[in-house]
Amino acid sequence: MDKDKIVGKPISRLEGKLKVTGAAKYAAEYEVENLLHAYVVNSPVTKGKIKSINIDKATALPGVITVLSHINRPKLAWFDLQYADMDAPPGTVFKPFYNDEILYNGQPIALVVAEDFETARYAATLVEFDFEEKPFETFLTDHTEQARPPKFGLATALKPPPPPPTGDFEQAYQDAAVKVESEYQHGTEHHNPMEMFATTTVYNGEGKLTIYDKTQGTINNQLFVANVFGLKYKNVRVLAPFVGGAFGSGLRPQYQLLLCAMAAIHLKRNVRLVLDRKQMFFFSHRPPTKQNLKFATDVNGRLTAMAHTALSETSSYEDYFESVASWSHKLYPAPNTLFEQKVVPLDVCTPLDMRAPGGSTALHAIECTMDELAYKLKIDPLELRLLNYSDTDPSAKKPYTSKALRACYLQAAERFGWKNRTPEPRSMTRGNKLVGYGMATGIWDALQFPSRVEAIINADGKLILNNAVTDIGTGTFTVMTQIAADELGLSIEDVDFRYGDSQKPFSMFQGGSAMTASTGVGIVVATKELKKKILKVARKMDNFPFAKSDDKDIIFEGGRIYLKADPEISISFKEIVAFNKGRNIKTTNMGKPHMLKLRNYSKATHSASFVEVEVDIELGNVTVTRAVTAVAAGKIINPKTAKSQIYGSMVWGISKALHEETIMDKKLGKYINTNLGEYHIPVHADIKDMDVIFAEEEDELINELGIKGVGEIGLVGMPAAISNAIFHATGKRINSLPIHFDELM
Amino acid sequence: MNNFEYLQAADADQAINLRDKDINAQYLAGGTNLVDLWKYNLTHPAALIDINHIGINNTITENPDGGVRLGAAVRNADTAYHPLVEERYPLLSKAILAGASAQIRNMASNGGNLLQRTRCYYFYDDQVPCNKRIPGSGCPAKTGYNRIHAILGTSDSCIAVFPSDMCIALSALNARVNVIGLDGERSIDFADFHRLPGDAPELDNNLKTGELITSIDLPENGFKDHYSYLKLRDRHSYAFALVSVATALKLDGKLITEARIALGGVAHKPWRVAEAEDFLINKEANRENFSAAAELIVQGAKGYGDNDFKIALAKKAIVRNCMMALDPSSQQPGAQPSA
Repeated sequence: MDKDKIVGKPISRLEGKLKVTGAAKYAAEYEVENLLHAYVVNSPVTKGKIKSINIDKATALPGVITVLSHINRPKLAWFDLQYADMDAPPGTVFKPFYNDEILYNGQPIALVVAEDFETARYAATLVEFDFEEKPFETFLTDHTEQARPPKFGLATALKPPPPPPTGDFEQAYQDAAVKVESEYQHGTEHHNPMEMFATTTVYNGEGKLTIYDKTQGTINNQLFVANVFGLKYKNVRVLAPFVGGAFGSGLRPQYQLLLCAMAAIHLKRNVRLVLDRKQMFFFSHRPPTKQNLKFATDVNGRLTAMAHTALSETSSYEDYFESVASWSHKLYPAPNTLFEQKVVPLDVCTPLDMRAPGGSTALHAIECTMDELAYKLKIDPLELRLLNYSDTDPSAKKPYTSKALRACYLQAAERFGWKNRTPEPRSMTRGNKLVGYGMATGIWDALQFPSRVEAIINADGKLILNNAVTDIGTGTFTVMTQIAADELGLSIEDVDFRYGDSQKPFSMFQGGSAMTASTGVGIVVATKELKKKILKVARKMDNFPFAKSDDKDIIFEGGRIYLKADPEISISFKEIVAFNKGRNIKTTNMGKPHMLKLRNYSKATHSASFVEVEVDIELGNVTVTRAVTAVAAGKIINPKTAKSQIYGSMVWGISKALHEETIMDKKLGKYINTNLGEYHIPVHADIKDMDVIFAEEEDELINELGIKGVGEIGLVGMPAAISNAIFHATGKRINSLPIHFDELM
Repeated sequence: MNNFEYLQAADADQAINLRDKDINAQYLAGGTNLVDLWKYNLTHPAALIDINHIGINNTITENPDGGVRLGAAVRNADTAYHPLVEERYPLLSKAILAGASAQIRNMASNGGNLLQRTRCYYFYDDQVPCNKRIPGSGCPAKTGYNRIHAILGTSDSCIAVFPSDMCIALSALNARVNVIGLDGERSIDFADFHRLPGDAPELDNNLKTGELITSIDLPENGFKDHYSYLKLRDRHSYAFALVSVATALKLDGKLITEARIALGGVAHKPWRVAEAEDFLINKEANRENFSAAAELIVQGAKGYGDNDFKIALAKKAIVRNCMMALDPSSQQPGAQPSA
């Protein structure tokens, strides 16, 4: 690391103080004059029609302004496509208040608007409905016979179908020396970010809205609102400078945005709508999934055949799926493969990407299957991975731009002390506890989206950058500031990265661990152009000292330009802007992935997780006592924020393995544990020793910065590593997540 | 959450008189459960009578009989860390600290802890039937997802469990609950305070309408030498017990001279079985005898599918906790199993 560089330094979040002191304002906190408050009424019925609505009792309450529903809503877009946000899966987008139909339990069916929140919430309990109820299907494993391949559409570009079969799986599996077949399942999970979904809509006159929203994509929501209500794009501004976590739930506009904007347009007033925790279970989620895997090896442990089938829930109106079946062949070079991905349409809300969607689901099954194979082969689980290690991507038959997974395995195994493991289940104990060691591999996309950045040098010689991206708590603001500072040779104090605003140049929604590469490359491209523009202006100055020098020999550092040969002679950005009559020097440019160059490569991040568990010998009580995750994700811009992301993902891995589950009561057709008292995520007492390693991985192919992105990769391997450790501790394979301790008694 | 009137009572008499005026009024102490239920549209008090300032119930003091009196308005955290409780009734202190979160314990009152409503999923959803919420409407838990539900003392109408940790210890300690009402003061044995659901699951306890808990009396014997609280749950903190056990023993050498074992997370009230406790008298304190007692405690237990595991778990938990009680220093933070 170059000590003068800011990239690579563990800088604390620049907005950290604002957040911990409460000064950072979230969507529900903007002070707006003459604000009305709205509260949603959700359907108690799972499927059917609204026969009638009686709002008399609700509107009789002092302070209630109106009750909106499909009966009296303002005009909405007629075309289905106008509802299709950038992340809409193939199908027909759900349209709140569009008609009298109820498609899932908890669907928003009315909106009470009142002078204050408390009145709106109380009035919501007074709205009376008459329903026609219809039979429903909501439980995945009861309806697997309805499984079919998902339809394909625009969003399929980000989620290709699994690779076609190779070789002859059936024959190879039949002939194999060693084989394992297993079923894996997990239930519904809800994203449950800390911040409640909320929207504050400021009504700026006919057709003009300023919207403070909780979202991962300001432009996605701007286009959505404009399309649905037939407004001009330029008249809808969506702002989300602070986002209190989202985990994928903010990738699509949620219902509170549309309803809040609807109320504002209808009443020509400023309106705020905040969902409560229970209402955040009435939208997207990770779908319950059932997987079947058949893996086989030769006598030496080399994989000869792999089949992976995934069935997952989707809604009755959109075909969402997590990309599950595609992963094993990106890791392991079996010659005979068969992959299938199917959906089962049910009467639920459409699922949505959540924390390493597909990857964490798939790798749980793949890496537990590998562990089972290791036991059958009597080969150390780590050894089996190394034996089947592939430097290239067998599914695409292409080399990786870089792949330091081997280093991840070895460094994490060393740090963890894997060599101390005795392979026999129940062979390691500590007092009343069985001790288990487990490991698993992680793999995740290395995505990059196009990103347009405006770069400005102002009269103070400071760099201002504009981009519509959000910072969902990952550290984007800090990391982008670091990248920009190095590109122009400035200190971070002289860089002002402005974001979270749909009026700024284009950014995709923030997801897939893609933003550091996406926005980062946008910054590189824009600042490169800005340097040219600065020099172009400077060269017009009288007595420009470097007139005879090439642009490439001129160094940008400390807000000045100079020649390496003679740092004493320099011109400051301030002087250049002053010469430009005080007018800012600016440029707007698009950073894009190098599609052509990358066509011949596969790209992915990798990880290896090693976990120790203690399981009470009689009571089954489980504690993840230690976990080490090594990550290979190209260049790490900020080791502190990156490490925090991996810690966070590892916690979510513990959560997925041992805690999280939204319980569907199939008779009622609804989720029943819709609060954080009963929807369990880990608490402090569940998290013990955790360690993160970033394996060195130089990637000159992937993009200008060598960035692959972190976040989700820290989660992918954890559920399998925990399951495998529990097997090692107890001799029990529990393939259904979350694992409940009573199964281990 | 409806609009309501806020009233502050100056003393207990005023509180019960205010309560008598409006059948839809409720007392407010810590509010940690009441306000939740209200926001969930499960309760709709027309008036709140704030009893935090009525004077007589804000202290922890020694009783003339050698016991200790816990004021009903004293916060759970202040009770758990009170020197008299920590030194003489460590079982109670451990049980309190195994419950809820630090923030909730700082607000929750002792009296309120006794009056917690069940955490049954179906009780908490105002859109589904529940005999406890709307008598006669039905019980979806029996045939629904019932991992957290009761295995003992259930009825056709209700399989909900009482969620308190503190009360499991109070039950084992033979506490008494002092109440005041329009008919004057009375004292209730802890065993008679809570009730089984029977055909009136809407009633959690035997308080008469309008009666106010003023204090809880602990007898002199706090079993400080041989006690343990064990709480088993799906995460290590901030979760209700699937099974919890409070054990208090008096030993003469290896012989048990007095035994108290109360179970939580398994019934509509803290679960004690006199037959099991009597069985242990004059027996050696060992696994075998504790196992036999455990069988007696869970006899008649019935699972409803997802909670079948609780029967085996309860037995194992009882044995482990009794063994832990022999050496109270083996107890782990958060009432987790001994290492």
